[in-house]
Amino acid sequence: MNKITAYLATSLLAISIFTACKQERKLPFYGERHAETVKDAAGAEKIDTVYQTIPDWSFLNQDSVVTTNKATDGKIYVADFFFTSCTTICPTMHRNLMTIYNDFKTNPDVMFVSHTIDFKYDKPHVLKKYAQKLGVDGPKWQFLYGTKDSVYTLAEKNYLVAVGEDSTAKDGYIHQGYLVLIDKDRRIRGAYDGTKEDQVEQLKKDIPVLLAEYKK
Amino acid sequence: MRNYIINSIFFLSIITIIVSCQNQETIDLQNYMSNGKDIYKAKCQNCHGENGEGLGQLAPPLTDSVFLKANKTRLACFIKNGANETLVIHGKEYKEKMPAFPELADIDVAQVMVFVTNSFGNKQGFVPYTKVSKDLQNCK
Repeated sequence: MNKITAYLATSLLAISIFTACKQERKLPFYGERHAETVKDAAGAEKIDTVYQTIPDWSFLNQDSVVTTNKATDGKIYVADFFFTSCTTICPTMHRNLMTIYNDFKTNPDVMFVSHTIDFKYDKPHVLKKYAQKLGVDGPKWQFLYGTKDSVYTLAEKNYLVAVGEDSTAKDGYIHQGYLVLIDKDRRIRGAYDGTKEDQVEQLKKDIPVLLAEYKK
Repeated sequence: MRNYIINSIFFLSIITIIVSCQNQETIDLQNYMSNGKDIYKAKCQNCHGENGEGLGQLAPPLTDSVFLKANKTRLACFIKNGANETLVIHGKEYKEKMPAFPELADIDVAQVMVFVTNSFGNKQGFVPYTKVSKDLQNCK
């Protein structure tokens, strides 16, 4: 009898240790951060970490409709920078992003936002044609057009993606192929090289992890 | 008896010559295929895909053997100079511009063309680069 009790006790202990060790995977926060004193609901002061967030934006989408950050309210989204006449990394990026788009097509909490960096040629109707030919329809994946200044600043300062005009490059522009994952509070939670299959796979796995954070 | 031996040696050597000739072409084909694959990866794959599947309506697939055969002499021109016309592939229209690749030498064009026309379910055999050079001179 004593033996059984001892055995039970040890297994219970073992189980509790294992469960205690099992931590849920959480995505990191990217960018600048600082500590700030905030008041909680009860009015008590406490120190909290404030992370870098994506500021308000407003652009024309592929339907020539003014689209703002409000479109992404309450959603997590994947952002990237491309241009339609790009023949180098963009086709690969969007081929890979398409697979994620198709995976989360029915999930209303996930969105996709592609900014063109070709402010001269990629007007909304060009973006529309591109989206249709890629096989994208509807507001879930927004293709956004804006002035050079607004898009380039947003890319470099806020999404931390390098973009630029370069007359020596084959298609006239250079940019990084990152797919940037943004959470519902507009914080950067991941950046994945859209041209590398393994990193795109990782993004596919990380989206549910990020969604799970908001389920509690 | 002696005649018989001489005759058989003669025929054997003829056969060997023929066989080794064929082997040379097989070796060339293998060479073109392996070099062509590298060029394909570097220049073509981002639009046309790892398995030649294309990309939506933006880039056509490379799996239409009928199209490839009908346009055999123009393929080299497409690869080097790009395309700026509507192409019908698998019954679908593709209107996007294909970029030019002027940096490719005739031999590169030949190798990547042989790779494409013998991959993704296509099997159209070997084309030597001398023939491709001639095709390239006749580009419109």
